[in-house]
Amino acid sequence: MSVQRTYEEINQKIRDGKVVVMTAEEVIALAEEKGLAKAAAEVDVVTTGTFGPMCSSGVFINLGHPRPRMKIEEARLNGVPAYTGLAAVDIYLGATALPPHDPANADYPGQFKYGGGHVIEDLVAGREIKLEASAYGTDCYPRKKIETTFRLSEINEAILFNPRNGYQNYNVAVNLGDKTIYTYMGILKPRLGNANYCSAGQLSPLLNDPLLRTIGVGTRIFLGGGIGYVAWHGTQHNPGVERTPNGTPKVPAGTLAVMGDLKQMSPKWLRGLSYLGYGATLQVGLGIPIPILNEEIMSFCAVKDEDIVAPIVDYSGAYPQREPGNLGFVSYAELKSGQININGRTVPTAPLSSYAGAREIAQTLKGWIQAGKFLLSRPAAPLPSVESDLTLKPMPQRVLE
Amino acid sequence: MVKQKLVLRFPSSLVEQPVIYNLIKNFDLMVNILRADINPKKEGRLMMELSGDESNFRRALEWLQKKGLEVMQLKQQIIWQEDRCTHCGACSVICPSGALVLNRPEMTIRFMEEKCVVCELCLRACPARAMETLLDSAI
Ligand code: SF4
Ligand code: SF4
Repeated sequence: MSVQRTYEEINQKIRDGKVVVMTAEEVIALAEEKGLAKAAAEVDVVTTGTFGPMCSSGVFINLGHPRPRMKIEEARLNGVPAYTGLAAVDIYLGATALPPHDPANADYPGQFKYGGGHVIEDLVAGREIKLEASAYGTDCYPRKKIETTFRLSEINEAILFNPRNGYQNYNVAVNLGDKTIYTYMGILKPRLGNANYCSAGQLSPLLNDPLLRTIGVGTRIFLGGGIGYVAWHGTQHNPGVERTPNGTPKVPAGTLAVMGDLKQMSPKWLRGLSYLGYGATLQVGLGIPIPILNEEIMSFCAVKDEDIVAPIVDYSGAYPQREPGNLGFVSYAELKSGQININGRTVPTAPLSSYAGAREIAQTLKGWIQAGKFLLSRPAAPLPSVESDLTLKPMPQRVLE
Repeated sequence: MVKQKLVLRFPSSLVEQPVIYNLIKNFDLMVNILRADINPKKEGRLMMELSGDESNFRRALEWLQKKGLEVMQLKQQIIWQEDRCTHCGACSVICPSGALVLNRPEMTIRFMEEKCVVCELCLRACPARAMETLLDSAI
């Protein structure tokens, strides 16, 4: 009789200090040595991690009310504009927002030295943030202007809410053109000068639960160094793509919307980034525990880099022009070796997502669970998976009169 | 034998002088040019590695300064701020000299300063801005 576990049984073991936890990297060797059935019987929880640039990230902030009160119409934090189309002192600061005076790519390739991601890093580090806000003024909110500073500890709420994080697999970016290009996938040298990839592969959360059997709405997670939750499926969630026999998608597929209290988080796991010629963004640390409810889930968690493939995509032509197709597939084991073969050419590879960071996150989460500080949560609702009819749609483009 | 990285700044009046030729011919030094540029004001900047006999090296520095060139000695030109580095690995395909390499299978980055040719490509290629240039100890 193969093993079956419930969330309740696992949480009881966590409370009793008897839980067995392994990272998604450690469990590979165990499964190979002892077989899936034994590995599933021994291990209660497998932890995953990823630490990569995630542009669809940002923070909801409630600044508190000034005296006299103000309905903020325009707000800047350290010079970076935040969205104010909410209630009086609620704002949303996005990771890729740029100060209006940033030369951007007018000075190509732009440096994007300080944007929303950097403000978020400064905020979570407890540094003083300058607020400049203006308003049209109303009878109930008469103030029209304010300039002040604040720190994270002094405001009511700061909620990290990232509409799309943790991509389940991603493109390998190359440049077939004859000049260097500057992309969100890094600097791509001409004529297949390098191939950049961006996934933790065998440690990546959604590649260890490819069919979303355990990760759902309400799953408790490691987010930015604190505890967060899966809020929904992420934007551009696309579960219906082609998969390998182990269930992992061959192209970018599932995504997660995640949220958590910024006040618990750490600047170590929320880092402002500047992508030359592209823009500012945020590197987000994300880790998800997977309960080994049965042997099938163990088989998913035992997936290794050799068995996960990613598509090679030309970012000088096919990607920007949104043309379908790719230059073939390559495994994460090949990508991590430092070079791959594309059409007979040897091409050096570089990651953009920190594998060392992913490993540390999976280890940290493992430590929290072993110490009884982190219980697993049963999802309140599943995320749309392969059986859903969700597809990824392009933008409707109509010719307007 | 000494080996030093130097930055020479030329006022516009000296940009057309055969400085390198003299360093080689009169002081018997080996010159390895790392970077050279002339700004719109016609002032030049030359970054190079100079090696040769110690007394010749010292005489060459005096000669350069007497001619009116500003000489900066580069002790540690590029620094890797380990605490800023996220070990993403993006720099490993940008660095042309093998000074920034990914240790495998640990997947952590290592900076080997002795291999760095001060091309400065990593400064802007590092998304976390963990690489810095430091011009210390001007002569
Ligand atoms: S690109 Fe920067 S952050 Fe990334 S590994 Fe290199 S030095 Fe570290
Ligand atoms: S300055 Fe150039 S050689 Fe030195 S570490 Fe940076 S990229 Fe490599």
